[in-house]
Amino acid sequence: MAEGAALNTSEVHGTKSENAGIWLDQVSKSFASPDAGTIQVFQDLSVHFEPNQLHVVMGASGCGKSTLGYLLAGFISPDQGNVGLGPNPVRNPGPERLLVFQETALWPWMTVLDNVIFGPKVRGDADAKEAKHAAQGLLTKFGLADFADKYPDQLSGGMKRRAEIAQALINRPKVMILDEPFRGLDVMTREILQEYYLDLFEETRQTTVFITSELEEALFLADKIYIMGDQPARILDIIDVDLPRPRDFEVTVSKKYLEYKERAIERLFQSEES
Amino acid sequence: MIIGITSSVLLWYGLVQWTPFKAFNRLPDPLSVIIEWVSTDPDYGLSIFTKDYYLHILYSTYRATVAFFLALILGVPLGIMMGWRANFNAYAGALLDFLRPIPPLAWVPIAILILPGDEPAVIFVTFLVAFFATTLNTLLGVRSIDPDFFRAAECLGATDQDILRDIIIPGALPTIFTGLQIAMGAAWFSLVAGEMIAAQYGLGFMILESYNLVQYPTIIIMMATLGIVGYASSALIRVVGKKMIRWREQATGIGQEAET
Repeated sequence: MAEGAALNTSEVHGTKSENAGIWLDQVSKSFASPDAGTIQVFQDLSVHFEPNQLHVVMGASGCGKSTLGYLLAGFISPDQGNVGLGPNPVRNPGPERLLVFQETALWPWMTVLDNVIFGPKVRGDADAKEAKHAAQGLLTKFGLADFADKYPDQLSGGMKRRAEIAQALINRPKVMILDEPFRGLDVMTREILQEYYLDLFEETRQTTVFITSELEEALFLADKIYIMGDQPARILDIIDVDLPRPRDFEVTVSKKYLEYKERAIERLFQSEES
Repeated sequence: MIIGITSSVLLWYGLVQWTPFKAFNRLPDPLSVIIEWVSTDPDYGLSIFTKDYYLHILYSTYRATVAFFLALILGVPLGIMMGWRANFNAYAGALLDFLRPIPPLAWVPIAILILPGDEPAVIFVTFLVAFFATTLNTLLGVRSIDPDFFRAAECLGATDQDILRDIIIPGALPTIFTGLQIAMGAAWFSLVAGEMIAAQYGLGFMILESYNLVQYPTIIIMMATLGIVGYASSALIRVVGKKMIRWREQATGIGQEAET
């Protein structure tokens, strides 16, 4: 399976599709750490996330998952190798690759509606009325219609996360990168949000890289799971999750699901031992 | 609050009237101060019924206001630039760190020498302390904005202008207003000292003048007036701040509701 992760660059560069995948090609990245010298996070890492799929990157905390997200979003650049979206190299953050952060990134001084329309407003790519209309549509879809004029601190944790996803989605990014978006929420809220997100994905088939450390979350959402090991971070296994869509929580008791789960756990333990 | 004020006035009265200490004998008692303050024909020429009383208030308020707004106009942009642009901070920060510890009154002689007349000199020393407080708090306010807020805005395609208008200014505003309140307090402090040295009108001038002329009740009247005017100016900033930072009010309002 590991060879599936290896990337044929010529193939990627030849991709014409408007919604082509996002990829890393032989990327190396290290950080200077004050007490441990240089930490090599990635070495020759190549991954190709195909379009219109929900890719879940999963691994223990500290294995470099967030760094992967930052690289894809363009917040940091690789020391060596390339990152790209379709035929174009990724150099800077941009609205076509949006990262939803672990911590809340709603601006507390703007109402929920103003937060959501911020992207279209600053780019001037829709007139104010249009943007507002689109935002209200999204908020309704996320069950936040009545909270459009509230400030973020007046919302619950789960509502904030939904507002953040709406804030990113309104920009119609080619790729959504979600870095543990449901972390820190209670189990109930988390499950509700997973279902929300799954519905949305199944409707839009938006290319998504979803980073998580929760196996159940990964299995429930993913088309493909990338199991990451650390030091340096590498993809240990790619699991094609061939579970029917649209999914609901019943899928989590199916035989296939449990087989995938077993395989994933096996891989994760291998990485611990090695 | 009423108990506090009443008891301290009583203590004052008691100290002046009944204590054996000579030190307190020179102090006017509260009753004679109040009588003088509201007298239509004050012994020492100043009460709420005399024109000069308001002239002194007006002079001091005018100076404090001019100094405050100068500090606001210059300090807020400077603080924003210092907090936003690291290389700007490298230039301005070192100079500011060096100038700040110099007490404002140390500037008075230089200010009188350089500036045309006493009036600008007094305003200058008043401005100076307000300026430092405004600049440093604005800087702090910009620095305290979560870097994710900048990052999120940048990746959505915000220009510098958008970031300034939608992220930096609203994000730093609570701290800026704290700074402005400190600046206003510091301005009054410095103004009174400045007026004692180089002015012909104003509350600070009048306090020292009354001392020289042995008009002790007037000293207390002027001090109390300073307290009232200072409190009012501070309250005014607070009210404007609350109006401009509605998101905070609303958020904390909900929080308080949840607690009770």
